[in-house]
Amino acid sequence: MSLSNLLSIQDLDSKIIWQILHTADEFKNPNGGKPKKVAALNGKTVINLFFEDSTRTRISFETAAKNLGADLINFSAKGSSVSKGESLKDTAQTLKAIGGDIVVMRHWASGAAARLANANWIDASIVNAGDGTHEHPTQALLDVYTIWKHFGDDFSKLKIGIVGDILHSRVARSNLLLLSKLGAQIYLIAPRTLLPMGFDKDHSTLPGVSVSYSLDAVLPELDVIMELRIQQERMEGGFFPSATEFSNLYGLRKERLSKLKENAIILHPGPMNRGLEIDATSADSEKSKVLEQVQNGVLVRMAVLFLIGTKS
Amino acid sequence: MNTELGVDLLSRDDISRAIRRICHEIVESNQGLENCVVLGIPTRGALLAQRIGNTLAEIESNSKTPIPVGTLDITIYRDDLQFRSQKEVTPTTIPASGIDGKTVILVDDVLYSGRTVRAALDALRSHGRPQKVQLAVLIDRGHRELPIRADYVGKNLPSAANEVVKVSLAELDGNDGVKIFRRVEDLNKVEVSK
Repeated sequence: MSLSNLLSIQDLDSKIIWQILHTADEFKNPNGGKPKKVAALNGKTVINLFFEDSTRTRISFETAAKNLGADLINFSAKGSSVSKGESLKDTAQTLKAIGGDIVVMRHWASGAAARLANANWIDASIVNAGDGTHEHPTQALLDVYTIWKHFGDDFSKLKIGIVGDILHSRVARSNLLLLSKLGAQIYLIAPRTLLPMGFDKDHSTLPGVSVSYSLDAVLPELDVIMELRIQQERMEGGFFPSATEFSNLYGLRKERLSKLKENAIILHPGPMNRGLEIDATSADSEKSKVLEQVQNGVLVRMAVLFLIGTKS
Repeated sequence: MNTELGVDLLSRDDISRAIRRICHEIVESNQGLENCVVLGIPTRGALLAQRIGNTLAEIESNSKTPIPVGTLDITIYRDDLQFRSQKEVTPTTIPASGIDGKTVILVDDVLYSGRTVRAALDALRSHGRPQKVQLAVLIDRGHRELPIRADYVGKNLPSAANEVVKVSLAELDGNDGVKIFRRVEDLNKVEVSK
């Protein structure tokens, strides 16, 4: 299997997942500091096409492309009022005329990356950098890379808790699929209102996945706790009564920190709402790998762009 | 690759004698092994590097510290990635003593176009600055595309471009040996032209 697009974790088999992780590791600077710089994508053009706000994902892909020697075009489609299908097609044709080799796309609509890859509007390879509430595959890959560097090859021993707004989270969806493929035991920890269809306390539609409505009940068993961002703008949506209540029940706070296993790690895809899903003590604790995640993001995105950009 | 008609070129004993001779040459030309590091290029170069490390330790058994041996993956530095389907990386392991100011002896199984070695020189740059880089190969089959040569050669093997040289090593392939193959499609062409 060779990688020609990265649209969904669902398309990846375990061989290619490990190939991405090992390739990412090869880009790590042996002396610490910035990743290696290579010329593998000299003469290739990577286009960052962002229909939705992003800081770290865009900058991460930008750094990754530059480290590989690719030319980079940042295309911000913010403010476009054209209806979705038309605008995407028009944009794709513009990009085709410019001549991009890899398009990294973030879009507010679920399925937009797959649409762009399969509609024959463009010859470039497509990397999904987040599509609606569907998937964010490179985020899951960088989370798994971070977990792998801490715990080693055997994911089947690991209990991983994903906490918070799972319903709307593309990060959670991609992580769920990826960790499940690697054989980890996953707890979805959230109020019933923030769980996707098919998941409740007594029932789960994916192997290795169980559901808990209580964080405190499973906290001492977890090797990895992944807090998701609560989107403040959804507070009025009736998913939970108040921010304080959510934080009391599901937030990672000082008093919960001491109940975690000695070698457990804390992940957060960022940006963090300090005081809501995670407090300052937890976010800045030794267990927190949030900044490592950002560094690893560049390595993993280099691996993805490398494998796609050099396909024969 | 679709090949047949393998012809044996080196036996197990030939390989072990070649490695032993290469090791003596390494010791002789570096006047000992002080400051030397052996780095093998995956896959089979890394295995040969281990063997060379072991043999060097035997030869220079009075030296206090064993010669450091590591693995240098060069995949991400290749300039011909678009033409290769194989892009599996093997973890790079550089000995803790590093390569700064050292004599690095690169090891590979077959020297052909020279592109692997060129990539290896790039790869070394991300790990430090060696004082000197030398190259040891089991087989030099010619057809260089770059101005690169080996310092230590197990066997010079003039070959045709349509031939394939395959090194087998016990650690990976079950037994030691070097065979030369001709591609089947070329054989078919020969028959048709008859």
